Amino acid sequence: MRPSASAFALAAGLSVLGGRAASAGEPLTLATTTSTENSGLLGYLHPDFEKRTGIRVRVIAKGTGASLQLARDGNADVVLAHAPEEEARFMAEGHGAERREVMYNDFVILGPAEDPAGLRGLKDAAAALARLAEARRLFISRGDRSGTHVKEMELWRASGVKLNAQEQEITGEGGQRTVVETLRPGGEWYLSIGQGMGRTLLMAAEKRAYTLSDRGTYLSLRAGEKPRTDLAILCEGDGRLRNTYSVIAVNPEKHPQVQREAAARYVRWITSPEVQRKIGEYRVAGEVLFHPLLEREEK
Amino acid sequence: MGTLYEALVRAARLIVSLDPDVLQYALRSLYIALVSTALAGLLAVPLGIFIAEREFRGKRLVVTGLNTLLAVPTVVVGLFVYALVSRQGPFGFLELLFTVPGIIIGEVVLIAPLLTALTLAAVARVDRDVRLTARSLGASERQAAWVVIREARYGILAAIIAAYGRVVGEVGVAMIVGGNIDGFTRTLTTAIILNVDMGYFALALALGLVLLAFSFVLNVAFQLLQGEARMR
Repeated sequence: MRPSASAFALAAGLSVLGGRAASAGEPLTLATTTSTENSGLLGYLHPDFEKRTGIRVRVIAKGTGASLQLARDGNADVVLAHAPEEEARFMAEGHGAERREVMYNDFVILGPAEDPAGLRGLKDAAAALARLAEARRLFISRGDRSGTHVKEMELWRASGVKLNAQEQEITGEGGQRTVVETLRPGGEWYLSIGQGMGRTLLMAAEKRAYTLSDRGTYLSLRAGEKPRTDLAILCEGDGRLRNTYSVIAVNPEKHPQVQREAAARYVRWITSPEVQRKIGEYRVAGEVLFHPLLEREEK
Repeated sequence: MGTLYEALVRAARLIVSLDPDVLQYALRSLYIALVSTALAGLLAVPLGIFIAEREFRGKRLVVTGLNTLLAVPTVVVGLFVYALVSRQGPFGFLELLFTVPGIIIGEVVLIAPLLTALTLAAVARVDRDVRLTARSLGASERQAAWVVIREARYGILAAIIAAYGRVVGEVGVAMIVGGNIDGFTRTLTTAIILNVDMGYFALALALGLVLLAFSFVLNVAFQLLQGEARMR
């Protein structure tokens, strides 16, 4: 009967559901990869940022490809990603104002402990994939244009295995078009599942298959009293398996609605010596998951 | 606005060009929906009729139980079936996880209660008057029951259409039990989720429109079938 009153009630209800406290300002939207969120790192770091600045951080955890696309569409203020080539393209397109490397860890090639394809002991990651293709053992691919998938494609390219290319044209909300290429070996032993790292690891364990994973997600799944994966690390330590994370502030000149000041503060904060030290101290089940960049520079 | 327009153009192009990937996902979705609806139908329709026709102790409890199952989220059904057929599960040896037959089992579990409840409702609705009339006209108990089922057939058909629609549009079971494997278990709905996760919103929306177009054609076919049945 009183539309204004019910509209008000609805708006109030929605704002409660949306979690927008009346006092706090606009939250900062961070688009990032599932590995940083799922490992618990951001939940461990962010309270410090929120305490210092009073700015809440809204984390949207997707693959790197999706995170960059979110930012291209102007739906994120900051991106934390781990696919240097894609990030470079993002910067070249003018979507990013500032990009700085934050931390690194590494990728590992995993498989069943009995290792039927015989990868154990191989130092060269591309050679390991080539042997896998020869043995035609099941390999599970993220297949979702995440940083891990991009790295996987890079390794396949280096492996000399014959690959099929598939091109897809993507249109962003601004109408800009990009053509992305997906590379994959042919054959029924290669399964592309388009899902996050956790599900990919679970499926690989279930199917006794091989896969490529960031070490952090693998360790967090293996940790605890009831490990959720029995896959073993079969190939590690190749320089090409390094996984570097960078933070990018979205360019306010291209996307006027972004939180320019808050984004810049976030970049300064996460690369500050104090936060870098905290990143290096973060452990899950006793294991260090991410190495700060400062540590690398000291070495 | 841009995404919506782009999605419409894309959807039209995908349909007209019979994009091989989209066609494959669509056919897989159709196959899963048809097989699981048929299997669930063989099980649930007789069960619904049986429950409606019989009076027994605890019938109310059974009906309440069925109605409760209607509200179970598809992801929960997916998880349940996952636990049954995973390597450590009791039916792990059948190797049904991440296969189309695995998805079909999940969908049958999902829609069997729905189909039973709706069949029961359809039969119960016609029951009294028709049965009494048939009996008073000299029909035996069995003949009267048959008359009731004949009367309920439109309701039962509607139940089957509803069950089919639930399968074709659901993503929980298809994703969890199927695993969204390209070329093996990827369906229209899991392909939509994948494209949303990759940030390809226009393509995801276009696939949604393809799904809608697809359901529209099938429902028109069902409608014609129903119309014909009614004319006889």
